[in-house]
Amino acid sequence: MIPGTFEYYRPSDLPEAIKLLATHGDDARVMAGGHSLIPMMKLRMADIPHLVDLQDIDALRGIEVSSGTIRIGAMVTQHELIADEALLKAAPIIREAALQIADPQVRYVGTVGGNVANGDPGNDMPGLMQCLDAVFTVQGPDGARDIAARDFYEAAYFTARADDEILTSVSFKPQPGGYAYEKQKRKIGDYATAASAVLIARDGKVCSGASIAMTNLSDTPIYSDAASQALIGSDLGADAVSAAVDAALAEIDPAEDGRGPIEFKKHVAGVILRRAIERAISRA
Amino acid sequence: MNEMTPTKSERAAALKGLGTSRKRVEDSRFTQGKGNYIDDIKMPGMVFGDFVRSPYAHARVKSINAEKALELPGVIAVLTAADLEPLSLHWMPTLAGDKQMVLADGKVLFQGQEVAFVVAEDRYIAADAIDLVEVDYEELPVLVDPMKAELDDAPILREDIADQKAGAHGARRHPNHIFTWEQGEKEATEAVLSGADVVAEETVYYHRTHPCPLETCGCVASMDKVNGKLTLYGTFQAPHVVRTVASLLSGIAEHNIRVVSPDIGGGFGNKVGVYPGYVCSIVASIVTGVPVKWVEDRMDNLMATAFARDYWMTGKIAATKEGKITGLWCHTVADHGAFDACADPTKFPAGFMNICTGSYDIPTAYLAVDGIYTNKAPGGVAYRCSFRVTEAAYFIERMIEVLAIKLDMDAGELRKINFIKKDQFPYNSALGWEFDSGDYHTAWDKAMKAVDYDGLRKEQAERVQAFKNGETRKMMGIGLCHFTEIVGAGPMKNCDILGMGMFDSCEIRIHPTGSAIARLGTISQGQGHATTFAQILASEIGISADDITIEEGDTDTAPYGLGTYGSRSTPVAGAATAMAGRKIRAKAQMIAAYLLEVHDNDIEWDVDRFVVKGAEERFKTMKEVAYASYNQEIPGVEPGLEAVSYYDPPNMTYPFGAYVCVMDIDIDTGEHEIRKFYALDDCGTRINPMIIEGQVHGGLTEALAIAMGQEIAYDEMGTHKTATLMDFFIPTAWETPHYETDFTETPSPHHPIGAKGVGESPNVGGVPAFSNAVNDAFRAFGVNHTHTDMPHDHWRIWKTARDLGMHD
Repeated sequence: MIPGTFEYYRPSDLPEAIKLLATHGDDARVMAGGHSLIPMMKLRMADIPHLVDLQDIDALRGIEVSSGTIRIGAMVTQHELIADEALLKAAPIIREAALQIADPQVRYVGTVGGNVANGDPGNDMPGLMQCLDAVFTVQGPDGARDIAARDFYEAAYFTARADDEILTSVSFKPQPGGYAYEKQKRKIGDYATAASAVLIARDGKVCSGASIAMTNLSDTPIYSDAASQALIGSDLGADAVSAAVDAALAEIDPAEDGRGPIEFKKHVAGVILRRAIERAISRA
Repeated sequence: MNEMTPTKSERAAALKGLGTSRKRVEDSRFTQGKGNYIDDIKMPGMVFGDFVRSPYAHARVKSINAEKALELPGVIAVLTAADLEPLSLHWMPTLAGDKQMVLADGKVLFQGQEVAFVVAEDRYIAADAIDLVEVDYEELPVLVDPMKAELDDAPILREDIADQKAGAHGARRHPNHIFTWEQGEKEATEAVLSGADVVAEETVYYHRTHPCPLETCGCVASMDKVNGKLTLYGTFQAPHVVRTVASLLSGIAEHNIRVVSPDIGGGFGNKVGVYPGYVCSIVASIVTGVPVKWVEDRMDNLMATAFARDYWMTGKIAATKEGKITGLWCHTVADHGAFDACADPTKFPAGFMNICTGSYDIPTAYLAVDGIYTNKAPGGVAYRCSFRVTEAAYFIERMIEVLAIKLDMDAGELRKINFIKKDQFPYNSALGWEFDSGDYHTAWDKAMKAVDYDGLRKEQAERVQAFKNGETRKMMGIGLCHFTEIVGAGPMKNCDILGMGMFDSCEIRIHPTGSAIARLGTISQGQGHATTFAQILASEIGISADDITIEEGDTDTAPYGLGTYGSRSTPVAGAATAMAGRKIRAKAQMIAAYLLEVHDNDIEWDVDRFVVKGAEERFKTMKEVAYASYNQEIPGVEPGLEAVSYYDPPNMTYPFGAYVCVMDIDIDTGEHEIRKFYALDDCGTRINPMIIEGQVHGGLTEALAIAMGQEIAYDEMGTHKTATLMDFFIPTAWETPHYETDFTETPSPHHPIGAKGVGESPNVGGVPAFSNAVNDAFRAFGVNHTHTDMPHDHWRIWKTARDLGMHD
């Protein structure tokens, strides 16, 4: 559990960090909270000759909540997400999800940017961001560009971010209505056996908007448009909920691991999703 | 006596002796990060060792090329079996009478096995060098399932002893077979089974797990070539035994070896054995002439140093139709891994598995244990239990539940019918033990009343009905357990480790001003010895526990002892402490009588002083006697006040307890919630109730881990699947439930203060209580459903519900 030799950089602004990536190419990686990268380096499963630590870059920090949009800097920690009262008002699902990530010690250091950019199917924030229809801003040598969270994930650890780009922030619209983040895990600190993020808007008795995403049930997060559509326009009754669950389950592809076999995961995914939808409806 | 004179009870309270919840004196340094653990030890010129480990579970080692590693600046040496062979140290004896490779000798037998030892100037260079050692392996077929060990196509693992028809424990019937250990009456038991009203049968697998102490294993070896002395600091639960073994292996005279156990961050059996890291560090220090440190990382610890359990126990239990048990039969397949390195008393290859008749009066019983080699790490240590006692307790407490189902009886009532009665003690069990004392019915009745057992069963019945009505998806399980342990190994007539009798010791020195130091042959790993042994002594010699220093772990200063494991510290070293204290008091009585100018028999002991009988205003305190012993000429008495006691216990002690776990189970997700856990422990005389409660909390939490998720798992290639704490379950405060503790107090009749030991009871009793709760939750849902194996993690619980049709 001792990493190989590496050079450590701690740039104080974004251009400097981007320049380091340009200089060292494949040999360089940026580090946010380090909870995923450092264990991989210690296990010698990741060989990173040039490690670029982003923690001194102020431009990557801060939570901005306005009436039209919410912007969260990539280096905002999960603890900061939980503590932010304005964010709680604008998008309460964020706190509900963040509280289910690891433990307080990890959340003091773990960041939004690291969680969404790493492409680890076990991370909670990617599914949550797809549910929120968030936009990720990345910046590289040629400037900044936006990528929709729903287009960002290509395969496990493969994303639409280019190697010379740094994810700088996530943005999404405030979310009125019902919400729920439901997660089953073996223990504190574990990745999800199954997790679901659900947002539901209601206009009288009719569902006027819905968004459903799931975590760790495929090699990328699963945003299920079909499941969302099954609810929109419905009365949010039992039949509609079942239709949404069935639609979502048709899109997952879980793998067997220490948490259990595929059959179990599929079953639990259905249970967790149904609970999330029902809780979101109760809050809508 | 005026108002200022303390009363007798005030004087007794000031001693902080037996029965006091004295705060732990160790904790001021532990809670401030000021402990001194093995990795805190730094010596001038110290270098670091680390292992090249096998990626394969079974392979031939065709060649090892260390050239590139040796070229790396800072690498000092790379040791292989070929380097150790001239010293006859490439293999070493195990505690179980087998031998094991120190470094791979021609082949590897488990993933993570030590292949080469790299010595470098720092641990980073050592880690880099490991990657540069080129080992050419030829993979061999792998044996993971012990049930397949004796099939025709099974690979032969131990080619070194393939032709040996007998091992340390008798005949071997196959090269992959280690021993068969039989206890009790086979034919008589089979006769009982064939004539019984009812026979319940079950195979109960107690899965492989690992003690996983917070601090991993490690050592610093320092050979001083000038004076020829070897100093070995290490995470040793038995430092004196390590000294003797090191002397026998290395040829260094025992007086030239000093072994020191510094603060130890938990052991739980993992730190009893002798590991290749210790041997290689010693050799490397001899070779290099500088101190060598070796410390495992977490993966090393989980993959290579001693595992626990891995017992496949098939049982048959016979009873009358009224529920009186008439016989017990058990056959166990014990998966020992690649070498038989179990840490048991040498004559007990399956430990004290023959305590498996439990708390019950079972007239006839038979036990056979077959030890088997597989391509897994060696070990088989007693993880927070006496030797194989938790396996035995789990077996019998599951069999009782299975029998209750077969008889359609309440499992609590079935236990009551069969408990050994108070007036039957001392009780001779069918498998050969003399239970010293017990009062099981009193403990059980107290437990049942405390939890409102009848109320719980009523609630459970209502829950079953609610489930059938479609009103709930959460089932309720009531886990019962009444366990009897056997701890405090042990009497030298039948207990030894490699020939060393399992006594223990205490040496006391009273200082002139009336304070004291006591040294013992044991070593605390968190148990609080510095607190509790001082309390025993305070009550014996009338000096406040605050004025007594307890020291352990340095073989140059402490008296010889067999160490701390198997709950033996209080039963054996605690007894030695009391006996040494009594020697002090006997000499002090002579001195006091002289000072008081009366005959020895005319004074008596009174808490902290000797008083003249009938004239209690005339007295000498122990403090006054201590001063006089050094500074006053006493005719016929040597100066000074010291004593030593080596205690050979006449019997084991038999702590017991009654536990109840109430659990809700979500049948759709397999998640559980522990609503209540009640633990009544009877450990005899209670030395420090606060420490007992802490021990029970810790032991129950390890039991929770084992029962509900913790395991060492391998795939079919022998690849370790649970080598990090992501997959190896250690509960946090979040997963840990609230525990209610309670007690009865049945003193051991043969122990000087009646104490029995408690550190391991909660693990022994807790595992069956948790597991029985899970199984009990499903009792109403399947006629043939009698048992599901641990660990009861989410998917296995879910599978039970699915198999019973509860998802339909």
